[in-house]
Amino acid sequence: MIETLNKNTKTTCYHCGDFCAEETLVLNDKTFCCNGCKNVFMLLSENNLTSYYSIEKNPGKSLKQSIGNKYAYLDDTNIQSKLISYIDHKVARLQFQIPNIHCSSCIYLLENLYKINNAVVGVRVNFLKKTANIVYDVNKISLRQLVELLASIGYEPSFTMNDINQEKPKNINRKLLFQIGVAGFCFGNIMMISFPEYFGLDNTTRHYLSSAFGYINLALSIPVFFYSGQDYLISAYKGLRKKLITIDVPLALGLVVLFVRNFYEILTHTGLGYCDTLAGLVFFLLIGKWFQQKTFDSLSFERDYKSYFPISVIKINADNQTTTVAIDKLKIGDRILIRNNEIIPADSILLKGKANIDFSFVSGEKEPIAKELGEIIFAGGKQTSGNIELEVKKLTEQSYLTQLWNNDIFAKDNASKVETFQTKVSKYFTIALLAIAISSAIYWAVYDSSKIIGAFTAVLIIACPCALALSSPFALGNAMRNLGRKKFYLKSANVVENIANMDTIVFDKTGTITQSNESQIEFIGNPLTQLQKELIFSVTQNSIHPLSKQIAQHLNISSAIILNSFDEITGKGIKANVGGNDVEVGSAKFLNILENESNALNTRIYIKINGENVGCFVIKHAYRTGLKQVINQLATQFKLHLLSGDNEQEKTFLQTVFPTSSELLFKQNPADKLMYINTLQGNQQKVIMVGDGLNDAGALKTANVGISLSEDTSSFSPSSDVIMDAANFELLPKYLQYCKNTMKVIYVSFCLSLLYNIIGLSYAVSGTLSPVIAAILMPISSVTVIGFTSISTYLLARKMR
Amino acid sequence: MFVLIGSSFVLAIGFLIAFIWMVKNGQIDDDYTPSVRMLFDDGTVKKQDEEKI
Repeated sequence: MIETLNKNTKTTCYHCGDFCAEETLVLNDKTFCCNGCKNVFMLLSENNLTSYYSIEKNPGKSLKQSIGNKYAYLDDTNIQSKLISYIDHKVARLQFQIPNIHCSSCIYLLENLYKINNAVVGVRVNFLKKTANIVYDVNKISLRQLVELLASIGYEPSFTMNDINQEKPKNINRKLLFQIGVAGFCFGNIMMISFPEYFGLDNTTRHYLSSAFGYINLALSIPVFFYSGQDYLISAYKGLRKKLITIDVPLALGLVVLFVRNFYEILTHTGLGYCDTLAGLVFFLLIGKWFQQKTFDSLSFERDYKSYFPISVIKINADNQTTTVAIDKLKIGDRILIRNNEIIPADSILLKGKANIDFSFVSGEKEPIAKELGEIIFAGGKQTSGNIELEVKKLTEQSYLTQLWNNDIFAKDNASKVETFQTKVSKYFTIALLAIAISSAIYWAVYDSSKIIGAFTAVLIIACPCALALSSPFALGNAMRNLGRKKFYLKSANVVENIANMDTIVFDKTGTITQSNESQIEFIGNPLTQLQKELIFSVTQNSIHPLSKQIAQHLNISSAIILNSFDEITGKGIKANVGGNDVEVGSAKFLNILENESNALNTRIYIKINGENVGCFVIKHAYRTGLKQVINQLATQFKLHLLSGDNEQEKTFLQTVFPTSSELLFKQNPADKLMYINTLQGNQQKVIMVGDGLNDAGALKTANVGISLSEDTSSFSPSSDVIMDAANFELLPKYLQYCKNTMKVIYVSFCLSLLYNIIGLSYAVSGTLSPVIAAILMPISSVTVIGFTSISTYLLARKMR
Repeated sequence: MFVLIGSSFVLAIGFLIAFIWMVKNGQIDDDYTPSVRMLFDDGTVKKQDEEKI
């Protein structure tokens, strides 16, 4: 409680909303946490853009890191030409991916960029895709300056190797919209024209109107069948050739029968045809398809190592001058300069400087590793202590880390890993449908041969599983959107169904169940005197226990006192004599101290000096909040496993968190993780992998469902089926439960649509199906199914909180 | 009678063409940003803000 109270009274930055921790700058009664934020505010107020702050509160992004000449590579015309989509002697146009677009203020500021710099001609923001289309005057500003301008106000565009090397696919699926438009148009007009017929025309008008209406209907149904409905026909045909019966087969069958019967009836003047049923069917089906296809544009689920690496690096030439080169232009033997917090782009040898490389994202080890001069440093690590100079030994695409992507698993397109409920049902549905159609035809062959064709085709028409085909897209599509609102982003709607079928969950440790920032040590008790500190340091420094090491590191003293005696009891603690003082370090139980509160997620190490309790060190494991509850909830439904790239130091703790049946494996390299998932799948287990880093990329891809956790959903995450906001880790069991519930909704709506089919079939087999009944039954069944799935998935989502 | 039906068709086809045209121009590619954009004021509000500062 005290802690939260303190936080509220702290001053926050007017620009970015961060707490002003180190310094507080004041300007015009407004507080700022750093110079960067203050400068942005000044720039905006000079240009009359302070509405930025009134649209949303604290919309900015902290600018504590300086830009430097990070964007020097943008002066390279080769790179420029790849980024710019249009250029002439006056203006250039290009599209930036700007991950920081997050609120209305962002749109406001970016679209008013021309007020800050008149070289900018115009900006168009697409909020959902987080992109900005910028047109600028090439004579007034260079691309690099433009990017630096954006970065200086906190909207740094992100460039990755992918942007440069790959042509962006135009994935806007407009064909479907055209198909819907055409189907909707025809559906409406056919309905309008069919109404007079249904309500009855008097005999004088019937003669010429009804045949004219028939021909118009027929004409209108042609584009519906051949243009709007073509995907169903083609996919059913393809499926049959592969001997697969999908939901498209009975649909296509129904469509073809409808179309042919319409032609026959209208041209021979024997009936009205079912043109409205045909058009309505296609229209509803396409709407369902469109609904299912909507995805999260701003997230990328198909990233490989190329989007993790930066696109350029500073190269040191023979004359010690530095130039910026693109990573794919690096050659073996090149000398490169890596600054603090930069990623090492290729396997290389350390030439100069103090290397302290953080491999947590690559291998899962959480401690940075110090490297000696001449040692090999693998690509993918992040330098954490100042500038270093390296010599490239292997190219980026051949380095240790990127070799993982050569595994077959990345070449395979594993789109259909599990047979969906819909395909399973359609098989039986189609067989039953044909059986009913044929048996009713046989029945009528015996009793009234004039009704054979009529009854046979009527069965195929009315049983056309429109409502069935709609229940899955709508339920899954809705579920995907509801989960997205809760920051659980699915790659496609089908993932919901995959998740519902899983029985095993494999967790990664570092970054997944732990937070990426390191564990913290705190001392509770009276402040230690210098002598006490030295005593404790001298003892802990001599122990190889990881906790002791952490304490020694925390105290950070240079001089140690020589020990007179030292006795370490494994798993309990240390008793030592240092310069005449008895020092005891260990658990409360070991030191006979009564612990007043215990917290499973903290480890407490008590200290006794000369028999007197001086306090304890609290080591907070950086585990995610609610880890234990999450594991307990999941353990009731899933088999749990843990794969860690880290060493075994936390094994004992993790054993208390995970159920005893779960497997906990340590020191796993990326390939091991991939293999482990394969073995589980070999045992017929359906596996969800939850991971975060590049080291999990193989496992995420192999697993039936890969969930990648990300602190910031716009930053890099390895290719996976789901991207999940790490802050919502606690909700994981609820997400999974929601997917299972959604499947139940589908089962129920399936029963509903079957009910309608049975009603329709009873008309059809008796040979009394009139176009009016078909025209009423089909939309009603579709609308009920759509309504039912939408409402129930929404209610379930509300329960998820 | 046929004139009426004919004219209703012409009208409907007109709307269909308008729809296709709209999609082709990318008007429905982004269904969120424009809703925010139209709420931004230019000029008047900013002057008040300036006085406050």
